[in-house]
Amino acid sequence: MGDDIERRDATSTTPATPATRSPWEYASAPESRELAPIEDRYGLFIGGAFVEPRSGRSFATIDPATEEPLAQIAEAGPDDVDAAVEAARDAQENVWGQLPGRERAKYLYRIARELQERSREFAVLESIDGGKPIKESRDVDLPLAAAHFFYYAGWADKLEYAFPGRLPRPLGVAGQIIPWNFPLLMAAWKLAPALATGNTVVLKPAETTPLTALLLGRVLQDVGLPPGVVNIVTGAGETGSYVVRHPGLDKIAFTGSTDVGKAIRRAVAGTRKRLTLELGGKAANIVFEDAPLDQAVEGIVNGIYFNQGHVCCAGSRLLVQESAFDEVVDRLKRRLSTLRVGDPLDKNTDVGAINSRQQLRKIEELVEAGVEEGAEIYQPACDLPDRGYWFVPTLFTGVSQSHRIAREEIFGPVLSVLTFRTPDEAVEKANNTPYGLSAGVWTEKGSRILWMADRLKAGVVWANTYNRFDPASPFGGYKESGFGREGGLHGLEPYLELEPLSANGGGRRAIDQSRKAGG
Amino acid sequence: MAKAPVPTTGETLDRPQAGPIAGRLARVTAVDAVGLEERAASLAKRSIKRDAKRWALDLAIRCIDLTTLEGSDTPGKVVQLSSKAIRPDPTDASIPSVAAVCVYPSLVPAAAGRLRGSGVKVASVAGAFPSGLGPMEARVEEIRWAVANGADEIDIVMNRSAFLAGDYRTAYEEMGTEIDAARPAHVKVILEVGELGSYDLVRRASVLAMAAGADFIKTSTGKIPSGSSLPAALCMMEAIREFAGETGRRVGLKVAGGIRQAKQAVQYLVLVHETLGPEWMTPDRFRIGASTLLNDVLMQIHKERSGAYQGPDYFTID
Repeated sequence: MGDDIERRDATSTTPATPATRSPWEYASAPESRELAPIEDRYGLFIGGAFVEPRSGRSFATIDPATEEPLAQIAEAGPDDVDAAVEAARDAQENVWGQLPGRERAKYLYRIARELQERSREFAVLESIDGGKPIKESRDVDLPLAAAHFFYYAGWADKLEYAFPGRLPRPLGVAGQIIPWNFPLLMAAWKLAPALATGNTVVLKPAETTPLTALLLGRVLQDVGLPPGVVNIVTGAGETGSYVVRHPGLDKIAFTGSTDVGKAIRRAVAGTRKRLTLELGGKAANIVFEDAPLDQAVEGIVNGIYFNQGHVCCAGSRLLVQESAFDEVVDRLKRRLSTLRVGDPLDKNTDVGAINSRQQLRKIEELVEAGVEEGAEIYQPACDLPDRGYWFVPTLFTGVSQSHRIAREEIFGPVLSVLTFRTPDEAVEKANNTPYGLSAGVWTEKGSRILWMADRLKAGVVWANTYNRFDPASPFGGYKESGFGREGGLHGLEPYLELEPLSANGGGRRAIDQSRKAGG
Repeated sequence: MAKAPVPTTGETLDRPQAGPIAGRLARVTAVDAVGLEERAASLAKRSIKRDAKRWALDLAIRCIDLTTLEGSDTPGKVVQLSSKAIRPDPTDASIPSVAAVCVYPSLVPAAAGRLRGSGVKVASVAGAFPSGLGPMEARVEEIRWAVANGADEIDIVMNRSAFLAGDYRTAYEEMGTEIDAARPAHVKVILEVGELGSYDLVRRASVLAMAAGADFIKTSTGKIPSGSSLPAALCMMEAIREFAGETGRRVGLKVAGGIRQAKQAVQYLVLVHETLGPEWMTPDRFRIGASTLLNDVLMQIHKERSGAYQGPDYFTID
């Protein structure tokens, strides 16, 4: 629990504005747990069926808001990963790879529609297993997950138009390892382009949040996806390393921490496997003095406290033009005191539970480092539940680039505020990080937005908004935030062999073949 | 934005109520429409249930300016409406009175006669409502007449013709003159947000009206098709909050135009609660101008208490 550090902070900081206590307390408005029945045990999803693990091992997934165990989850060992890869290979060569694109599209559309149909169940399950507020799983994760399947369904029969002059062919079998911050949405980001392009998949969800991926397995059964096209192997890092090292895979796609990403890159070096990595970030959210300040404050809050800050592209470094510093920080502090932290299933909750004890420890450690290094901490008065993993939305001022809290990814609801004087200095500070996933620019001046976007070394630059996602827009990093893009037309490329069409007629034959496979 | 010069020195904007805001009109904080509308929509999704809902419905009634602004209004109609304002539900004494009854000036005596001693205020639109384009002398005279005949509160309109022409000085000075004419009555300035065309101008008009000395700023006249909206009201709340931070003056907000359902009233209350805070959760700083809203709120209160909706015949029509 984070109480030791919170208690200390409560005494060491400026007392939170004791705004007149509101006479209006919102009554609790919890979404019903009954909407998402949870089984006692879950097997591995291999070859279209849920099977007992050959490893004979299992682990518990818990509700981070209550610390109660939710279910026993099968832990995939080497034999299980073998079986999954074998099923995927068989499905790729004999079924999925043979289907024309328009037929693959039909399955993707069906998955998308089924996600919409069952979105309430999925949203409740996501919030129970991962701790994120129901309003986010309901309004962000679920609609976007369905949108990704819809979007890539549209590409499945148009691949040759996506890459003119080249012959698109599936790579084969992809191993996909996804994180715990957006469990279902990340599964959708990974699965949709892989399936649209004719690949089959071995998917490994994160060990703290496997439930929605397993429910997705049920959906795949319900829509009649051919067995083996998607296989789901649950487990922790060890299971992930069996996937990464498996010789039967053609491609690894990973979203997660930069450290693990580096290890994966070393592991696949010297093999034929293609690799895409979507890793950490320490994004700058840059506010100029002429910005629409009230909306900028909302954008800052959305940038760092959305999903408890468990967002790789979170705007964790706020760069404010010095002339607007007081105005922005005052507004921000007042806004923080209105954030509602608590039960993820309550429809009025703004900030939910920290995903795991381990993550909570990491946040606490970095916040402690921030205090020790002399940054000024601010936390609003906030009643936290007794059980579960919680962290008060936190703000640091007086932060400099050399502080750990300005350099390391905290992956929690902790914002570091720095200042700058000129646009050049803003760019210099924003880029002065080993990461480069995203950035935000807030200004009323259009020309300055374009000037900044040209110079910021980040895969995504948001202007006068933050954390806005769309399946048609590519997403990915510079530098140690990874490589490869997900989303948009760009998101097809990592799953395709793109051969140049030759002029001697080979091209014609190739197109005919591709029509058979793709059109 | 505006090309016309904005008064930046304190000379003509130097009204005592204005405070340090006068010199700041040239740089009114910008508003991003997308972000503003998103925030309003997300607050509108708050789930207000049980005790919280009952509390909000009770406050909604206490904040209503029960309004009739028809050419066909008669003293009889206004007296009946005033009775309803005092006792919205004759069968239930626990239902509070509304804040005020809002009528045209010539009906002020009728309303004042019925409302005397009840605690319910008499409000009157005045100053060439709804356009604000009559001769200044006539507007001032109309305001004085309404106050002299018993109006406790005057709802004036900003001169949008001057404002949209970029002549902020005229718009500002006219508001100041009319506000002075209305004293000691309490003054609400209607911006008519549906005619301003952008949130930037809604924010600018809000600042102008507050600097001119308005006690309340109000969204709409109710006389054009687009009345109040959650984003426009949020935009005005943000201006009010900033103004309070700079001058210490807490200006109220009145929303009006198209608010007919209890659910809408609760959404506005959520916006006020989370933007301006508990200090504004009172009829002294928040009003809802409406006519049919009251019965829907009463119906919801009965539903909350009994668990079932009553038919419309159980609610009086005045």
